[in-house]
Amino acid sequence: MTTMATPTQPQPTKPATSAPAYNPKSESTTAKRIKSTIFHLIALALVAMVLYPAVWMISASFKPNSEIGGANNSLWSNNFSFDNFATAMEGIGGVSTLTFFTNSLILAIGAVVGTVLSASISAYAFARINFPGRGLFFGMMIATLLLPFHVVIIPQYIVFQQLGLVDTYVPLLIGKFLAADAFFVFLMVQFMRGLPAELDEAARIDGAGHVRIFGSIMLPLMKPALISTSIFSFIWSWNDFLGPLLYLNTPEKYPLPLALRLFVDQTQSSDYGAMIAMSVLALLPVLAFFLIFQRYIVEGVSTQGLKG
Amino acid sequence: MTQSPTLSRRSQTSAVPQSRKPRRRGADTRAGYTFLLPWLLGFIALTVGPMISSLYLSFTNYNLFDAPKWIGFDNYATLFQDERFLQSVGVTLSYVVFGTPLKLAAALLVAMLLNSKRRGQGFYRSAFYAPSLIGASVSIAIVWKAMFGDSGPVDQGLSFLGINLGGWVGNPNMTMGMMILLTVWQFGAPMVIFLAGLKQIPADLYEAASMDGAGPVRKFINITWPMLSPVIFFNLLMETIHAFQIFASAYIISNGEGGPAGSTLFYTLYLYLRGFSDFRMGYASAMAWLLVIVVGVITLIFFKTSKSWVHYSGDAK
Repeated sequence: MTTMATPTQPQPTKPATSAPAYNPKSESTTAKRIKSTIFHLIALALVAMVLYPAVWMISASFKPNSEIGGANNSLWSNNFSFDNFATAMEGIGGVSTLTFFTNSLILAIGAVVGTVLSASISAYAFARINFPGRGLFFGMMIATLLLPFHVVIIPQYIVFQQLGLVDTYVPLLIGKFLAADAFFVFLMVQFMRGLPAELDEAARIDGAGHVRIFGSIMLPLMKPALISTSIFSFIWSWNDFLGPLLYLNTPEKYPLPLALRLFVDQTQSSDYGAMIAMSVLALLPVLAFFLIFQRYIVEGVSTQGLKG
Repeated sequence: MTQSPTLSRRSQTSAVPQSRKPRRRGADTRAGYTFLLPWLLGFIALTVGPMISSLYLSFTNYNLFDAPKWIGFDNYATLFQDERFLQSVGVTLSYVVFGTPLKLAAALLVAMLLNSKRRGQGFYRSAFYAPSLIGASVSIAIVWKAMFGDSGPVDQGLSFLGINLGGWVGNPNMTMGMMILLTVWQFGAPMVIFLAGLKQIPADLYEAASMDGAGPVRKFINITWPMLSPVIFFNLLMETIHAFQIFASAYIISNGEGGPAGSTLFYTLYLYLRGFSDFRMGYASAMAWLLVIVVGVITLIFFKTSKSWVHYSGDAK
């Protein structure tokens, strides 16, 4: 979004700055070139270091077990094969990995739908409606951002257990539909506050109520915030481990992270290759999302202070 | 300009706005609470309610099957005699105290490196950010465990350089180093925020400093650090609170037990084990409340001390 205007901007300033320079032009450009080469060398070395674990992971997933760890440590192998993936797709204890994928997908899509709906509705109240108690509730909402959620997991578990909802997806999804991720509410409030107030005033004069204003004016304008929220709630739900660990007991209902842990428990380093292949599979949607939406993701982080 | 006609119109038909205004305020209040309903329900049912009951439970013995038994401050008293608890506090504190500043230092250094107009900026930002997105996942914990396993690639690479550390995963002296490397590796998220902050610093400040003959160190101390301090504060607070709550990677790397020799027994892992393996829900609730208090106190200290070093633009100082 913001990149559209930037590429053309530096050019007009260039002649202005180079004109008053007296010193030999060739010297400064070679110095610049050396500087830029050094910059890229350092930056690329850092990228290599940071991405090494991911590259190692992908390379190991294609290697036979005998070549993972041990003396042969190169990323290249002469025996690349898909065997590990075949083993990983077989699943665990009679449940196929496709089932775990489907479960993860159900949970993640549920999380996205619930969060987008509930957070946008609540955020509209905070940002656009004047009512007594708003400031107090807003402060409380901000406070929950800093609250360690471990303080609520025990009573929550007890309640869901007494309601007979353990081993269902209800405990994992209900919070999403009740805007429990204060972070997204806050993000949307900030975004809505940036939209001009004249919009809803004009709509009000035309006789529109809050439902109309929210549905036909705010929501379409909030697209960027809704997209960031969707991406992050999808990825966070996809990676979530503690929630499913607490609430799910039946392997048929497990999402991928839990299945992975079960896989680790069962194979215990005897089949490293399959274990790593399954880890790659579990990360695949996240990596795909990242490659497609990386601009949105990185920009979202820098403007809204999102975390990884 | 358009105000006077509306004013006069309002005064002319004064009866209508007067009767409409309170009605609209009432309607706004009703609409406000209706729109707030999802959050309000969640807040009461999933946050406030559970917090109160967890406070109550922390003064009881409760195993999920029998009724809670009131025991006063016994849980809290026992905690401070529980060696595993004290160990989990030590493990978590050393992780927070060493891991967070290192992560933020890496984030700031790389952000400063990237804060120049050069080609490939977008690529570098994305590449460095990627680990933050996957770092807390079970997949990465498994990869970390394999990479840092005894005779894994990291150990092999180091022994090739003549450094022999005696393994990582199985060596209680090295597991913390491995966990800290895992969090430092995810420096991308705070880095992107730093980068956004650095872009806000006006370039003429640096130009003026160069004219006065200031070197890079002076520029950093006198311009970058103070101008960036609100962002540093934000990152420090968020990363610290975040670090206290590490769970998934510790669970996977230590097989859910916090080993070897309790060296990865993080606070939340011990809380989980007490609550959901031993069913000592009251004890775990006491642990949860201690965590809330500690995080609350740290947040308060951060905010209090921030006045002396965080500078917001528009401040007198």
